[in-house]
Amino acid sequence: MSSLLQHPGHEEESLQRVSDQLPCREVQAGTLLSLMGQYSYPSIFIYGHRSSGKSHVLHVLLKELELPHAPVSCVECVSVALLFEQVLLSFFGADAASLLPRSPSLSDFVRVYRNQCSQSPAEQTRYIVMEKAELLRDADANLLPALLRLQELVEDNVTVILLSEIVWDKFRPNTGCFEPLLLHFPDYSKGELQHILSHDRHPSYSAEFYSSYINILLGVFYSVCRDLRELRHLPHAMNVAFTCFCVSSVKETDTHKLWRNMEPHLKKAMQTVYLREVSSLQWEKMQQMEEKESGALRGLSAHTHVELPYYSKFLLIAAYLASYNPARTDKRFFLKHHGKIRKTNFLKKNEKTSNHLLGPKPFPLDRLLAIFYSVVDSRVAPTASIFSQISSLVTLQLLTQVSHDDQLDAPKYKCAVSMDFICHLYGIYKHLL
Amino acid sequence: MSTCRQRPQQGNQGSYEGSGGCFVFKPSAKKKKTALSLGDHFVHGCEGAENSELRFKLCHDLWDKIQTDTEALQDELNRNILDSLLDFTRKCSSTRQHSDWASQMRASEIPTAALVLGVNVPDHDMTFQSLSDLLQQSVTPHVASVQAKECGGKHLMKRVLERLMDTVVDDEDEEEAEQTSAQLNKSVHCSLSTLCAWYNAKTKVSIFLFQKSNTVSPGKKRCSHVGDDLQSPPLVIIFKDLEAFNPRVLQDFILICSRYIERLPLMFIFGIATSPSTIQHMLPHSVSSLLCIELFQSLSCTQHLATVIDKLILTPQFPFKLNGKVMQVLISIFLYHDFSVRNFIKGIQLALLEHFHSQPLSVLCCKKKAALLNVMHLGPQDLERIRQLQSFKRYVEKQDPQEQVNLFTDDTHLKEVCQKLIKNLRQYHKNYYPILRCLHTLTSSLPRYPLGKQIRELHLICLDKNIWENEDYQSAMKLLKMLAKDQLIALLQRCEEILQAAKSKNIKMALVQLEDMLSKFKQLDSKSVEDSITSPVKNLQKKTDLFQLQKTLLEMNESRRSKKLSPFEALRNEALEFIDSLVNHLSAPESQTLNEVCYYTSSATVRRHLNATPRTSIQAALNIPYYYLQNDRLKTEDGIVSNAAPDICIVYKLHLECGRLINLYDWLEAYSTVVSAAEGNDPGSDNFGKVDDVKHARFIRAVSELEFLGFIKSTKQKTDHVARLTWGGC
Repeated sequence: MSSLLQHPGHEEESLQRVSDQLPCREVQAGTLLSLMGQYSYPSIFIYGHRSSGKSHVLHVLLKELELPHAPVSCVECVSVALLFEQVLLSFFGADAASLLPRSPSLSDFVRVYRNQCSQSPAEQTRYIVMEKAELLRDADANLLPALLRLQELVEDNVTVILLSEIVWDKFRPNTGCFEPLLLHFPDYSKGELQHILSHDRHPSYSAEFYSSYINILLGVFYSVCRDLRELRHLPHAMNVAFTCFCVSSVKETDTHKLWRNMEPHLKKAMQTVYLREVSSLQWEKMQQMEEKESGALRGLSAHTHVELPYYSKFLLIAAYLASYNPARTDKRFFLKHHGKIRKTNFLKKNEKTSNHLLGPKPFPLDRLLAIFYSVVDSRVAPTASIFSQISSLVTLQLLTQVSHDDQLDAPKYKCAVSMDFICHLYGIYKHLL
Repeated sequence: MSTCRQRPQQGNQGSYEGSGGCFVFKPSAKKKKTALSLGDHFVHGCEGAENSELRFKLCHDLWDKIQTDTEALQDELNRNILDSLLDFTRKCSSTRQHSDWASQMRASEIPTAALVLGVNVPDHDMTFQSLSDLLQQSVTPHVASVQAKECGGKHLMKRVLERLMDTVVDDEDEEEAEQTSAQLNKSVHCSLSTLCAWYNAKTKVSIFLFQKSNTVSPGKKRCSHVGDDLQSPPLVIIFKDLEAFNPRVLQDFILICSRYIERLPLMFIFGIATSPSTIQHMLPHSVSSLLCIELFQSLSCTQHLATVIDKLILTPQFPFKLNGKVMQVLISIFLYHDFSVRNFIKGIQLALLEHFHSQPLSVLCCKKKAALLNVMHLGPQDLERIRQLQSFKRYVEKQDPQEQVNLFTDDTHLKEVCQKLIKNLRQYHKNYYPILRCLHTLTSSLPRYPLGKQIRELHLICLDKNIWENEDYQSAMKLLKMLAKDQLIALLQRCEEILQAAKSKNIKMALVQLEDMLSKFKQLDSKSVEDSITSPVKNLQKKTDLFQLQKTLLEMNESRRSKKLSPFEALRNEALEFIDSLVNHLSAPESQTLNEVCYYTSSATVRRHLNATPRTSIQAALNIPYYYLQNDRLKTEDGIVSNAAPDICIVYKLHLECGRLINLYDWLEAYSTVVSAAEGNDPGSDNFGKVDDVKHARFIRAVSELEFLGFIKSTKQKTDHVARLTWGGC
């Protein structure tokens, strides 16, 4: 492949290496290269969907061309202090980072930066790459505008590159700010995906054969998933079936046969591996098992059954009833001698829509216990362990507490489990009788 | 538990005594208090103080034994899952170092073990403890376990770093430890890159040490088994209770970790209480796709309990026993409330302590030799206690008059008889458990389980009363009679295996009988062909009236009854009779003489301690103050509160008569009327029922106490009203 990237500032060889590592992103890399140079723009904003190669392109470019850069992930930087420290650390070393005071402000950072920068002036542009930049919106109001024109503040040749999955319009602060240079990374097309996926080929197969295999794989999965990272996970998860096939049929060129053999495996994998219900490791194991016996596939969501103590079950059932029945109907459902209820007016108009569509409603503790006592068949003493069971149901996330934590002030709960779960509990309970 | 609490105290005691002579200690009074050993606490307020020391020792020894046994048992039960987890971690760290295609492709995922443990959260601590111990012993020194409650907000990262670095820092010099802790205190450094640097330094050192120890002095240094096959031991992070974690915190943590996975061999273990699908509920696809999750399922808690009961309760090994009611309380707490085996064992511990504390005759509740010896040392008071025992009285009644007199007057004779009785009791237990197991194997597979599915149910029935008087037992025997030959033989063979393990004389005799019977069954096989019986069904006449039909049917019935039994049927009946005779050993323990020595009976105490009802106690205290205060002035008829009762009781009683909202002023008036009557004021006088400052203050205090107890709260609807939080009223 001839190098598409040409730039006078860099050696031919390293550019070649870059373009080898960046299949299908030559255009974007070229644009970036032309923006990088002796004198650079203060800030660049790159956006594109997940796994469209944003960080990868930048990482490869900066690394292979040996440019000074500070990669920062905004998830990791829970405080600005961490952010400043990481930047200083990667530009000027650990000594500079330790000059920051305990909880540094932006001006502290600028001061330290200028200080250091005057000691070791830049020969090349320095780059700060900020991944997941959308989190910067939640940081201090002055941080994002300041980063966008950091070049002016520190009087250094520095470029801030922001990477995000969100468009710039959603970032712009009310007070206005310096507009960065916008750059869009489009999604990969099907052809491009195939090209990239064929790159991590198992060494024992020929390139052509592997790419036809990838073609088949994409044929099945492209309709549900276009995320490169997800797709890259698939071929090696399917590896065992693939190798089995390869062992059995010698002719590598017979793509039709390959298709016929692989399709059922792929279809099955779509239900489990793709959803990460089963890790690739377990999938491989299962595939090997299947050679001997066809064991039933059980993913994570197959294990929904939870064993609960007797009263916890009834508490949960009572919570479910309290969440999905209007409180007015309690008298009718749980009392033996309820008053007469006129049938016509019984349900209000808005209650005619199924309560399951509306989701659970909060209920007070008293109501839960009242229903619990009427549902459970024997007399239950209101012991401490009944109450502690309620709170342990909350920690297990089967119930959720909606109001504040104050126990004295009538706490409210919601039931967080589905109809199926309750039916299952009830089924077990019936079975016990 | 008791042991660990005791040890430091004994240490304290020693140091106090050692230094007490030289200095005047200011806080010595306090120390003296803590210096009371567990034994002193036990002796204090104990029934029959003269042998309390001995009883404490017995109780302590027995508990120690039970505890070590249960720990061993739990380790054994967890072994499978722990082993597979260890394998998993080993494999994960070894595949990282491989460079084959598949593991390279998987390098970006964080290996994760989802460990499903069930809802019995109190039991998990022990599992995690042994898991991290095992990991540290055999796979990696870097293990950090975190709980949700200590990781709110952004503390998760800090905790993980602290744990990971501290676990190793312990081995190093003091200086370094201080350095790291100083670094950690500065929260700026609290990031994974710090950990990265630390880890690199660490592994370099250990590799260096490893090489050094290999070349210079093999096996001298400490890096012996850890990491000699693993050059880079994994960093394992255990999330003890996944459900309780804040999903956002967890997501961010995983995202951050995945950025470092190439440099750090991280590994997660998720402790899940409910079901594995929680992972999907908590983590979005973009995060869970960073993990390579493998599922591990632990033993269910009911199985766990069954094993514990099998090894702890259904064995003659421990002289201490629970009676049916106590057993029932403990089991129902387990099944109805918490599913926690740890709490079950705690319950046994409580019963054990209570038994030795409250029953002076529990000196005899120990090993056979010691018990026989202790009988000889019984004081006259204890002998008197024996004579008062219900079971002993029943025993005496059966003796002839001369013997009765002897038992009541002659102490040495009584001691001899006691020895004999103790031996009998032991013999009873030795027979009881194997036969119980036999009966269980025979009946546990019957349709509709007349005697229960689990052996504990059968045990409860037997504890309750003599099992042969039970209707379910009769129906079980009927069902056994209908078993086919091969089924019956299989069951009997399993019984044979059970009996073989037992050593008692009676059981050995029974075993011989059983073996004999089994061989007969086998002989039956060979000659069964010849004896096949022709069915005596006569053809019914084509046309019969009803009367005729009835007659023929009756005849047929008659003939079948009188029909000669086939050899198999005869043998089967014989077998059942044999079983019936065995079951005679399963008489209820209450019928045994001196059972009070071994059996703890106070189920009410256990229930009160383990399954407390705070609400009922508060209501009892407020309704009937006499119940707790025991003051004669407070004694009243049912449902009426004396006007001399504490203020809060009066206020409570008055508030019960109100509706949802209570007018404070009316309440105050009513209160002051009641209190005036108590002070003996003349109802006719002007001052009667008038509110003065003192009454007002007392009233306000009582009302705020009620508010503190959660009976009322202030409302925003009406300023001078309070709302009731309890049901009832008009």
